[in-house]
Amino acid sequence: MWFFAIPGYLFPAPSVIWAEMVENAGMIWGHTLATTRTVALGFIASIVISLPLAVAITSSPLMANTIYPFLVLTQSIPKVALAPILVVVMGANELPRVVITFLVAFFPLVLATAAGLQSVPAELIELGRACRASRWKELIRIRLPYAVPFVFSGLKAAVTLSVVGAVVAEFVNADRGLGYLIVTSTAFFEVALAWAALIVLSVLGIVLFQIVAVVEHVLFPWSAGKT
Amino acid sequence: MIGIESVSKAFGARDGSQVVALQDVSLAFDRNEFVCLVGPSGCGKSTLLRLVAGLVEPSAGRVTIEGAAVDGPRADTGIVFQSPTLLPWASILDNVLFPARMMNVCTPDAVRRAHALLDLVGLAEFAGRHPRELSGGMQQRAGIARALVHQPDILLMDEPFGALDALTREELTLELLRIWSDQPKTILFVTHSIPEAVLLADRVVVLSPRPGRVADVVKVGLPRPRSFAMEAHDEFQRCAGRIRSLIFGDRATAA
Repeated sequence: MWFFAIPGYLFPAPSVIWAEMVENAGMIWGHTLATTRTVALGFIASIVISLPLAVAITSSPLMANTIYPFLVLTQSIPKVALAPILVVVMGANELPRVVITFLVAFFPLVLATAAGLQSVPAELIELGRACRASRWKELIRIRLPYAVPFVFSGLKAAVTLSVVGAVVAEFVNADRGLGYLIVTSTAFFEVALAWAALIVLSVLGIVLFQIVAVVEHVLFPWSAGKT
Repeated sequence: MIGIESVSKAFGARDGSQVVALQDVSLAFDRNEFVCLVGPSGCGKSTLLRLVAGLVEPSAGRVTIEGAAVDGPRADTGIVFQSPTLLPWASILDNVLFPARMMNVCTPDAVRRAHALLDLVGLAEFAGRHPRELSGGMQQRAGIARALVHQPDILLMDEPFGALDALTREELTLELLRIWSDQPKTILFVTHSIPEAVLLADRVVVLSPRPGRVADVVKVGLPRPRSFAMEAHDEFQRCAGRIRSLIFGDRATAA
């Protein structure tokens, strides 16, 4: 840093950032919890909505043609632009933040799950039919388990994007959270604090990703071994 | 036992035209008969199998089992595919029990039967293993055990040894004959291999392609139990030569 003569107020030394982090540990922890809460709620909403959506999409070509355009529409809207509108519509509370997080995160999960449900070998479906299995049983016993490795690759993408979504939402409207901390600290030129928040955010992303990976490994070892 | 009465089957192609897979096929199979279906690609042998399985419906004519028309999958047929298609997340035992579970007949009796079948196909010690830990041949053995777990009278096999190496293939061919003598069933066996068909079958149905129809039915007069040593037998040569000339015309017999 000294070598390139970058002023400390633009890119503070790691030691300065670390000192800032330690000094404000309690406050940063509070913001981290707030962001984690938004991320978790948005991520859970993604799972709860994406799985049935993927099942619906793969149930028939008609359903796929009906639902896909709407999905693509939700993805083509810039979330940063949508966030302030959602705040007006839903109020300055947690709800618009969760909705934005969900909108950023859910799409890859739907795509991955749908791809997984459709990747079942035709012969396995025939075997199910030969056993006179109902469509529900076919879904529960064959299609969904078969999709598990795909679902988890979608979940890994979604959990990382949830962090992005939560921060975007906090930029627009929040009184807590790491995104809010970055906006306020840079406004007061406390660059070291902003860097500290950024580092905590990336650690948060890595930790959440690893949690998903561990869950896959523990619950579905045959799936984790594949990817 | 199985009757195929003037059955035709046409599929709608992507461009809207109709592709005739089978045209006016009439056959009858006896109880506990071993029948092989042989023919070049596109002759509709797999379609014929799926018609008997009730997985596809005939466009014309009808398929009957014990006199009753087949209008959907039945509990008294078991099916083996070219690839073992085992469930990767389930143990070998659970894979064998899969049809019983799907049919809601997973009784302690079925579990006992599954263990006995695994013993029969030589996989007794692999019951708790997962499919990826087994070789292709072992996976296909599990596939055969799976097809037998609900005690079907009819076993439908769609090129079951087609994806295996030549040695494993011979081994499993003999093993299938052993299983069949242990548990007599009506077997319909689709294959590309003429020697395999002659060695296994009581009768070989030879199909010709586009549209698929029966070229002839060759009766194999070889004694049982059979072995690969019989390939030198006159009757073996006669049957194989006959099938070959039905498929290739005079080209093969001249050579």
